[in-house]
Amino acid sequence: MKGKKLAARILFIAAFASILWLLQLLVQPKYMGKVVEGNLIPEYYQETTGHELLILGDCEVYENISPVILWEEFGISSYIRGSAQQLIPQSYYMLKDTLRREKPKVVLLSVSAMQESGQTNEAYNRMTMEGLAWSMDKLKVIQETKMEDEYLIEYLFPLLRYHSRWKELTQEDIKYLFHREKVSHNGYYMRADVRPLADFPEPRRKADYRFPQAAQEYLEKIRLLCETEGIQLILMKAPSLYPVWYDQWEEQIQAFAGENNLTYWNCIPAIDQIGLDFQTDTYDGGLHMNVYGAEKLTRYLGKKIREVSTLNDLRQDKVLSAVWKEKAEFYDQMKAAQEAEIREYGFLRQFSNP
Amino acid sequence: MLLVSYEFLLFFILLVMLYYVIPGRAQWVLLLAASYFFFLSGGWKPVIFILITTLSTWILGLKLGKRNQAVTAYIKENQLSRQEKKEYRIRQKKISWRWLLMGLWLNFGILGVLKYTNFILGNMNGIFYRISTPMQLKRVDWILPLGISYYTFQSMGYLIDIYRNKYKPEKHLGHFALFISFFPQLIQGPITRFDEMKEQLTAVHFLNKRQIAFGLQRMLWGYFKKLIVADRLVHAVTAIGQNPEQYRGSFVLVGMICYTLQIYADFSGGIDIVIGAAQVLGIKLPENFERPYFSKTVGEYWRRWHMSLMTWLREYIFYPASVCGPVTRMTRWGKEHLGEALGRRIPVYVATLIVWFVTGIWHGASWNFVFWGLLNGIVLLLSSEMAPWQKRFHEKHPGLKGKTWFSLVQIGRTLLVLSVIQTLEYYGSVSRMLTMQFSMLTEFSLKPWTDGSLFTIGLDGWDWLVVFQGLFLMLIVSLWQRKGSVRERIAQKPEMFRWTLWAVLFLLVITLGTYGHGFEASQFIYNQF
Repeated sequence: MKGKKLAARILFIAAFASILWLLQLLVQPKYMGKVVEGNLIPEYYQETTGHELLILGDCEVYENISPVILWEEFGISSYIRGSAQQLIPQSYYMLKDTLRREKPKVVLLSVSAMQESGQTNEAYNRMTMEGLAWSMDKLKVIQETKMEDEYLIEYLFPLLRYHSRWKELTQEDIKYLFHREKVSHNGYYMRADVRPLADFPEPRRKADYRFPQAAQEYLEKIRLLCETEGIQLILMKAPSLYPVWYDQWEEQIQAFAGENNLTYWNCIPAIDQIGLDFQTDTYDGGLHMNVYGAEKLTRYLGKKIREVSTLNDLRQDKVLSAVWKEKAEFYDQMKAAQEAEIREYGFLRQFSNP
Repeated sequence: MLLVSYEFLLFFILLVMLYYVIPGRAQWVLLLAASYFFFLSGGWKPVIFILITTLSTWILGLKLGKRNQAVTAYIKENQLSRQEKKEYRIRQKKISWRWLLMGLWLNFGILGVLKYTNFILGNMNGIFYRISTPMQLKRVDWILPLGISYYTFQSMGYLIDIYRNKYKPEKHLGHFALFISFFPQLIQGPITRFDEMKEQLTAVHFLNKRQIAFGLQRMLWGYFKKLIVADRLVHAVTAIGQNPEQYRGSFVLVGMICYTLQIYADFSGGIDIVIGAAQVLGIKLPENFERPYFSKTVGEYWRRWHMSLMTWLREYIFYPASVCGPVTRMTRWGKEHLGEALGRRIPVYVATLIVWFVTGIWHGASWNFVFWGLLNGIVLLLSSEMAPWQKRFHEKHPGLKGKTWFSLVQIGRTLLVLSVIQTLEYYGSVSRMLTMQFSMLTEFSLKPWTDGSLFTIGLDGWDWLVVFQGLFLMLIVSLWQRKGSVRERIAQKPEMFRWTLWAVLFLLVITLGTYGHGFEASQFIYNQF
């Protein structure tokens, strides 16, 4: 009798925990519609082979660099661990998280987030940190970069954050309850649509051009970690025209790179050399590149990476070749599908307002 | 630290875990430390005020207690005639009265200065403006310690009780400090008496599964009322109340009903959390509500709503006011000049109006609250005046009293009267309240109820559905409560049934509750007091 009671209690608790878990899965955003960036970070954990090049940063990396091109044309196995407005401290913890799983030879870090003193949009934080695998580092990065009105407990139990979504649930929330479709190409977010360069607001003068303390501190931490692990760190600034990259910022990065003997590439002055045409190579009026712009930039970067690093051409590796063949097929398929859709409709339905 | 916050839940969980593992004799120390930690979460400055109240009340309580003891001993030791005893007592009472007065002045003074300075300054500026004087006094930005109205009333109740020799003063400063600062009740009551709390606060409390379960269940039910019903309704209440030009006519009725329901769900939900939290710690706080919206008269309602405040006002203001010197003289004068019947009513009238003036100003430092209080008092006096007519009516129609429909009419009438009075709180000014009530009568239309306008006041269809279902559940539970404790009855049911019931309630609160990021957890309405 006692045993039966105990079994019933255990069953009840298990059922209750399962319901809570299912409820949590149900209300969490699936990022399978117009916004897919929430899936960029967790997709990394599906990787079966290692990477020699790790690319860290914000939208300036995950929308501007194509790992498939790096593989196909340079034999570099790479992964982008970047997310929307990923802060420098978040990139640091992303690196630590990666190092627990593999050890790349080179880290390419976008410095555009150096200007950010903290997160300005909760959604960006969510998309960056929710997908990270659980570890002490995840707790630390949440604690250190959460916004003032964000709570650690809401990251631990996302049901507490997303419970009010019960009113917005759609069939998609059921469909993607347990699985998501792959949205990125080793962290690269592909867009084949074109929206030519638009006017940007005039750059504003700033009272203080110094990078925020936290960004400087974590840049140094990234450098130290790479040094300790014997990883070559390369800094880069993508050739985006907006937001403005001030000369004063450029000087600080150059000084940092110089002091620490690091390679730093600012791609803005190299726009012509890269061959970028902002009438055709951007999908959002010049903020981010489309696949055509990203491929051009990747070729430019690939060449430079080969020049300054000791990365091998891994295309002869049978296992890697097989894996990347599959990745390239998926890449080409998506590109072709997007191009076909643009030909038919003039825009990409998934990313447009109905 | 709000009761509806992760911080509070974490604080409470850690406290409970610690509370039941430390030695029993240290439990009260932990409670005191936790209470001050809770208080400190609102900043360190307010602590000074609660410390002043605690120390001054404790010292004066000891002084008064000593005097009481000395008077008793003197009378015992000396062979005094009855008259001499009386005279001696009166003489001594006068001295004690001065000590009591000192405590009352100091503590009500702090409350008055911190809470009502801007009210007074605002009125003075109004007068200056009317008499065309260019002078304008600058408003002050002083802190208002958390729960100051509650702990001041509670401590002054203690001092008056000691003065009245109802019980002995507390000699232990720590024990007394805990009585004043006990964190669950600090925020919104109930206001307790020292003699009902003393033993409980300092006793050793052993882990009692049933008590903890009951406490947690009560808290859960409180969160249900607060997060699912009150904090949802607050959107509609705010939209209508803060946009009186836009929401007139029928919307005034909607706002009035929503506010009536919101304030009950909010306050009673908060009290459920408070009483439940105390119960988890093994401390039984007195009830503060007894299904007030089932009241058939306004008088009955005020005996069932915020009961601890009403008891306090009755004991420490109503009775003393009705027998104080000026009122007694007024009564004598009234009996002589206005006749026996009217003269006899004077103490009741005066004391009632004083009590309701205090109730009004206690609820808020503004004239609308003063009018709200006085209006309640007038309605109560009117209904007592109409009691003989009512009696005659029931004598003529004896069958009506037991009829359900007649009871419902009485309940509806009472609710309507109270809702109308509450619009004074809701609209914040007498003139606006009257304008809006007038617009409700003259611009009433059924259109907003049918054309979807109700979905534009901060709540969509789903929200209304949740609110209605929540209210329905609250109604059912209230009906069950008439037959005794609902938790007791649930506890009789099979274990799996019970667990499922509470698990479902938990899931409802977690899923449908209005909380977390993106929501400004609405402060409990009664926190402000």
